[in-house]
Amino acid sequence: MSAWLDRLTQGLSRTREQLGGQLNVLLGRGPDVDEAFWSDLEDALIGADMGVTAVTEMVERLRDAAKRQALPDARAVLRHLAAEIAGELRLPDAADFIEASPSTVLVVGINGTGKTTTVGKLAKAAADAGRSVLIGSADTFRAAAVEQLHIWADRAGVPIVESERGTDPASVAFDAVRQAKANGTDLLLVDTAGRLHTSKDLMAELSKVKRIVERESDAPVRTLLVMDATTGQNGLTQAREFDSAVGIDAIALTKLDGTAKGGIAVAVVRDLGVPILRIGVGEGADDLKPFDPEEFAAALVGLE
Amino acid sequence: MFQNLTDRLQSVFSRLTGRGKLSEADVDAAMREVRMALLEADVNFKVVKEFIAKVRERAVGADVMASLTPGQMVVKIVLEELTALMGGNEARLALSGRVPNVIMLVGLQGAGKTTAVAKLANLLRKQGKRPLMVACDVYRPAAIDQLEALGRELDIPVYRGEGTDAVAIARAGVRDAIDRLRDLVIVDTAGRLHVDEEMMAEAAAIKAAIKPEQVLMVVDAMTGQDAVNAAAAFAERVDFDGVIISKLDGDARGGAALSIRAVTGKPVFFASVGEKTDNLEVFRPDGMARRILGMGDVVSLIEKAQEAFDEDTAVEAEQRLRAGSFTLDDFLGQLRQIKKMGSLKDIMAMIPGANKLPKDAEVDESALTRTEAIIQSMTARERAKPSVINGSRRERIAAGAGVTVYDVNQMLKQFAQAQKMVKQMGAQQGKRRRRGMGMPGMPF
Ligand SMILES: Nc1nc2c(ncn2[C@@H]2O[C@H](COP(=O)(O)OP(=O)(O)OP(=O)(O)O)[C@@H](O)[C@H]2O)c(=O)[nH]1
Ligand SMILES: Nc1nc2c(ncn2[C@@H]2O[C@H](COP(=O)(O)OP(=O)(O)OP(=O)(O)O)[C@@H](O)[C@H]2O)c(=O)[nH]1
Ligand SMILES: [Mg+2]
Ligand SMILES: [Mg+2]
Repeated sequence: MSAWLDRLTQGLSRTREQLGGQLNVLLGRGPDVDEAFWSDLEDALIGADMGVTAVTEMVERLRDAAKRQALPDARAVLRHLAAEIAGELRLPDAADFIEASPSTVLVVGINGTGKTTTVGKLAKAAADAGRSVLIGSADTFRAAAVEQLHIWADRAGVPIVESERGTDPASVAFDAVRQAKANGTDLLLVDTAGRLHTSKDLMAELSKVKRIVERESDAPVRTLLVMDATTGQNGLTQAREFDSAVGIDAIALTKLDGTAKGGIAVAVVRDLGVPILRIGVGEGADDLKPFDPEEFAAALVGLE
Repeated sequence: MFQNLTDRLQSVFSRLTGRGKLSEADVDAAMREVRMALLEADVNFKVVKEFIAKVRERAVGADVMASLTPGQMVVKIVLEELTALMGGNEARLALSGRVPNVIMLVGLQGAGKTTAVAKLANLLRKQGKRPLMVACDVYRPAAIDQLEALGRELDIPVYRGEGTDAVAIARAGVRDAIDRLRDLVIVDTAGRLHVDEEMMAEAAAIKAAIKPEQVLMVVDAMTGQDAVNAAAAFAERVDFDGVIISKLDGDARGGAALSIRAVTGKPVFFASVGEKTDNLEVFRPDGMARRILGMGDVVSLIEKAQEAFDEDTAVEAEQRLRAGSFTLDDFLGQLRQIKKMGSLKDIMAMIPGANKLPKDAEVDESALTRTEAIIQSMTARERAKPSVINGSRRERIAAGAGVTVYDVNQMLKQFAQAQKMVKQMGAQQGKRRRRGMGMPGMPF
């Protein structure tokens, strides 16, 4: 277990170093707001996966604002930008449905983004907080998906509803909801198989799981989209497709412990109008954090 | 959401059709669109900058081929440069005669390594190898179970070691392969972040211990701008030999493939296109270049036209024509080039202004095949000197080509006509270079 702790501490210090590194690029050159600053800022934002069209517009507006408000230096410009982005990411009426009891959360996303790990981390956090948790394993496709989730359930010390590989995921989801109802579970987390949004059949399968869960559950059912922070511009298409298939209520943004900034998530929040609720910052059970718009925006634009 | 590059360039160039050379202003306008397209495809911004500079240099002042619009000409140049940057011809995974061959897969978390191990084992087994898969991911919950499940599915053995020392397991796995008379070892490793010192050191240590002849990095096709950071770090710390691009069955443009190639110089060997164990394909750089640009058939037609009608051949034929030595062999060569381009209708559709032709100017595709068959049935001497083709030769040729003597006569008459016409044209327009397609007077 201490290896996990070591890695967590390392992960955090990496995040800090990385912020420092980015800071140097835009601020280390001095406070001047010249053409080179604007062009480097544009590069940095594109490099953060914010998307070229959005960045072009953003920088345009920022130039205007800098002139109008006579922003004195580079730091002030970046602060202004970060505040603007944070403002967009802070959705006033977004409730954290994961914290609500009772609550049923369906966890979806494309392959390998970190769904199962996030379910494990959420289960652990909820159980640690004294809530009763049940995990449903509706990934009946991927090799050893159930075994993987089982280990996470054990780590969190919570029960799991599972079934053989190849069974209908909707039927496992059905069993899980029934059991949660019977036990008066506070939080039911349903893991699903990774699937590409381009696969009609698999998306239809997911809709069916959602329908069954909604039909059976007394608790409100919400869908959490797990996105990988390294994802590029395709992330928006993915989010839209999942939204149209099952309706997305919130996002968990994983793998922010690397050097990727996760800028595409801004576009997703803007487009879907749903909040980011959690960020993943490592592979350990405790490497899941609440989302902080200010911190995220600051990292995105290269401020501390 | 993304507009394809041809459409974009077409709107940029809509006012400029028919110009002889690409001006600096034209190229700049076009390069803005190319830049957008590449960035939207997740090509790293630094790579985009370098690429644009290179293409710009080549494009300014370039001749617009007679058969293309300026927009298409730019697309052609962009595509050629992009394909070249992608690595030109297909790169093949090379395995030596060493027994056992050892391949090691590395990459970020969730990229698709473990499934790729199984896919690769499956593919190479089909090529006669006897693979053993070695499970060295001692961190991810049930990672070893996952590989074992895939092994059972494929009936390919998996070595799972004891304990949590990935280096020791890798070493023991190779020994196990030797004991079991397996001639190929494929090692699965844990996903790791390129900034994770300890884990990168572990990957390097595994490599040092088992000395794989191929280390492949698995990269998710959906990766954004950060792909270059990860790839550069893996190249430096583990020095991989090639790349497997995964999840290409989605609709991500996959610019990461280009970025990685540009930054590390490592070839992409395979494309992974699904979750099943047979979803692994040899990677095609040209297809990838087109995918990154979001382009389809239009470009492939331009490419085909280019391939088929390379300028040298056309110029050479023209010179021989003017010198009066244009033979049926030359003629056959030209026919084949036209055929290589595909359907005549498609080609016609590409020619600027061809859509304005009257409907009854329908092309007769079979005439082309018939003509080819007729020429093929001729002897070398007949082709060089059609005047020797007498009645009995005509019968023989007709029988050989499966046509009537009438068809042979028609064909020879048309060839003679064409020869005469083109000779006249050559004399008239001596200075003007002709790069037209097709032969006047022929039935297509
Ligand atoms: N560094 C890092 N790795 C993570 C994080 N979240 C998940 N991972 C790793 O990413 C890999 C994939 O995670 P999974 O939870 O299996 O992903 P999934 O979405 O369930 O995958 P499929 O079910 O196969 O679609 C594993 O190696 C995880 O340990 C994170 O926040 N940071
Ligand atoms: N659609 C699609 N899914 C893929 C492809 N390759 C892998 N996957 C899926 O992506 C997910 C992750 O694949 P894994 O092979 O477990 O990835 P990994 O790199 O071994 O992950 P870690 O060991 O956790 O780092 C699984 O759900 C796979 O089925 C692909 O080419 N297409
Ligand atoms: Mg999973
Ligand atoms: Mg794996």
